[in-house]
Amino acid sequence: MAASRRGTATIRSAVSENPATRGILIAVALGFLGVFLLLPLLAVFTQAFAKGVSAYLEALAEPDSRSAIRLTLLVAAIAVPLNLVFGVSAAWAIAKFDFKGKAFLTTLIDLPFSVSPVISGLVYVLLFGSSSLIGPWLMRHGIQILFAVPGIVLATIFVTFPFVARELIPLMQDQGTADEEAALSLGATGWQTFRRVTLPNIKWGLLYGVLLCNARAMGEFGAVSVVSGHIRGLTNTMPLQVEILYNEYNFAGAFAVASLLALLALVTLAIKTLLEFRYGSAISGAARH
Amino acid sequence: MDLSIRQVRKEFDHFAALEDVSLDIRSGELIALLGPSGSGKTTFLRLIAGLDMPTGGTILFGEEDASRKSVQERNVGFVFQSYALFRHMTVLDNVGFGLSVRKGAERIARAEIRRRALELLDLVQLSGLEKRYPHQLSGGQRQRVALARAMAIEPRVLLLDEPFGALDAQVRRELRRWLREIHDATGHTTVFVTHDQEEALELADRVVVMNNGRIEQVGAADDVYDRPVSPFVFGFIGESSNLPVRVENRQVWFDDRPLGLDAGDAAGGDALLYFRPHDVELLEGCGGCLAGTVAASRRVAETRRVELEIGVKRRRVEIEVPLDHPAASRSRIAFRPKRWRIFPNGGKSASTGMRHLERDANILAPTES
Repeated sequence: MAASRRGTATIRSAVSENPATRGILIAVALGFLGVFLLLPLLAVFTQAFAKGVSAYLEALAEPDSRSAIRLTLLVAAIAVPLNLVFGVSAAWAIAKFDFKGKAFLTTLIDLPFSVSPVISGLVYVLLFGSSSLIGPWLMRHGIQILFAVPGIVLATIFVTFPFVARELIPLMQDQGTADEEAALSLGATGWQTFRRVTLPNIKWGLLYGVLLCNARAMGEFGAVSVVSGHIRGLTNTMPLQVEILYNEYNFAGAFAVASLLALLALVTLAIKTLLEFRYGSAISGAARH
Repeated sequence: MDLSIRQVRKEFDHFAALEDVSLDIRSGELIALLGPSGSGKTTFLRLIAGLDMPTGGTILFGEEDASRKSVQERNVGFVFQSYALFRHMTVLDNVGFGLSVRKGAERIARAEIRRRALELLDLVQLSGLEKRYPHQLSGGQRQRVALARAMAIEPRVLLLDEPFGALDAQVRRELRRWLREIHDATGHTTVFVTHDQEEALELADRVVVMNNGRIEQVGAADDVYDRPVSPFVFGFIGESSNLPVRVENRQVWFDDRPLGLDAGDAAGGDALLYFRPHDVELLEGCGGCLAGTVAASRRVAETRRVELEIGVKRRRVEIEVPLDHPAASRSRIAFRPKRWRIFPNGGKSASTGMRHLERDANILAPTES
């Protein structure tokens, strides 16, 4: 791999550009990244620490912010495992079985990607709100979904469910069913086959999907904003808390919470890069978003 | 383990991949399922294994009806065309997998699994490679691991899907001989699928020739080569030429000329004459024979392969002419098949020109007929 890359650098192949063009292209790409990604990221951290480390820690220790962090972790802790189970089941069904409506299911899984998150949130308001069919019934039984944790969890699940499935479907389709059939023919039960053959075959792709799913679950704003109700200390997740603090001109607080989210993104990115670097072949072929 | 397959059929979405196939396999036999792609041979193998379930019919393992049993219950060793080795396990773990998943009373101790896996690796001549991973092996080595893994569960029958399909010619020939040795040593009842007639004829005790989801003929290599029972078998195995002819008054006619071939008691009417390019006698002049102009000729090893245009419709047939024969340099050649068969047009077995061979090829015909 490395050898072939070195080879193309010394001997110009038919598709490679001349050095000037290459230089310009690279400069444009890097410049773009710098202005639109690196600079804002730097701004977040400088703003967060603008009043010193103690102010930063103080902002994070503030009860409302702490509650937002807890809520975000809770939502991710519920949504990610559920989407992991759903993603594996959906990918398994689509990749290994033939059934009517398979193409439809595949399209359906992509739906959250094509629908604006705000609309996803509104769907839940329409479903569970007071003017909906089941809304009054829920209210009579004292079940609170909207403007409470269950609604936030539901909206987050909806927005993040494609990640694991989309990562696994191409991978599992590519691997086919021969390994599973071999395990079964050797006497393994369905569960043994899944645990000892299928799971090890998809583990890196699965981890990758879970990472993306987690990053989105913690960072989701639109859908959650619609169903949350913005009750301080109760239904504010980190992204919502950032918005509130910002609107109150509490820049240090807003950027402190934002820096935590940014840090999460960076860690995810680092693990993702590491995975790609080490297990590239196992992950390759998976759809990128 | 005797196998008995009775009137098995398999449909995929109303398309019949296998139509009422019957076959008896004796314990310890090495059977080849031979046919072009789409002939249903892999479907057949998967039905025996229980990887697919038949639409109808019965599969007997000995006296026991296995038709509705799951693949786990059937205890068959299946070697996949792609080998399907577990890529995250070592060679040793791959071979021991079938033993390690056993539960309850059948559970086997780790040390015993290891011992048996090592023993099998020794049998397939891979001792010393037990710690390798599949991607560190060559194609031929992977094939042997797959076979050892299938044999580890002491299967009642060993099923191999295109076992040498993905290997190059040299390794293929070696493994073929080696598989025969393993089979003779272990005595497993074995069925393998192949589209390579050389492989089937060389390796198998009996060859099952399949076409369009049906069995065309079952027999030893000599049977299917020398006494094909259908035009398909004649055309598929070995080289052949054919001509549309007519049978009248116990004579074979082509373009209203008798060929001097005795049709015996074959039914009159339109028929197809089949012969092998090398089974012809070259004649001087022609009163009652086939004659044609040379359309093309090429050198094949020690003979010249000549393509002749025969008759008004310029039908093309191939014959072989020895290099030193005067006909090799002529532009018009006359010949008569020495050994031949005629089949009623579109039908099954018919008359034979192999007078010195037994007449009745029907004993070799598939059990379905």
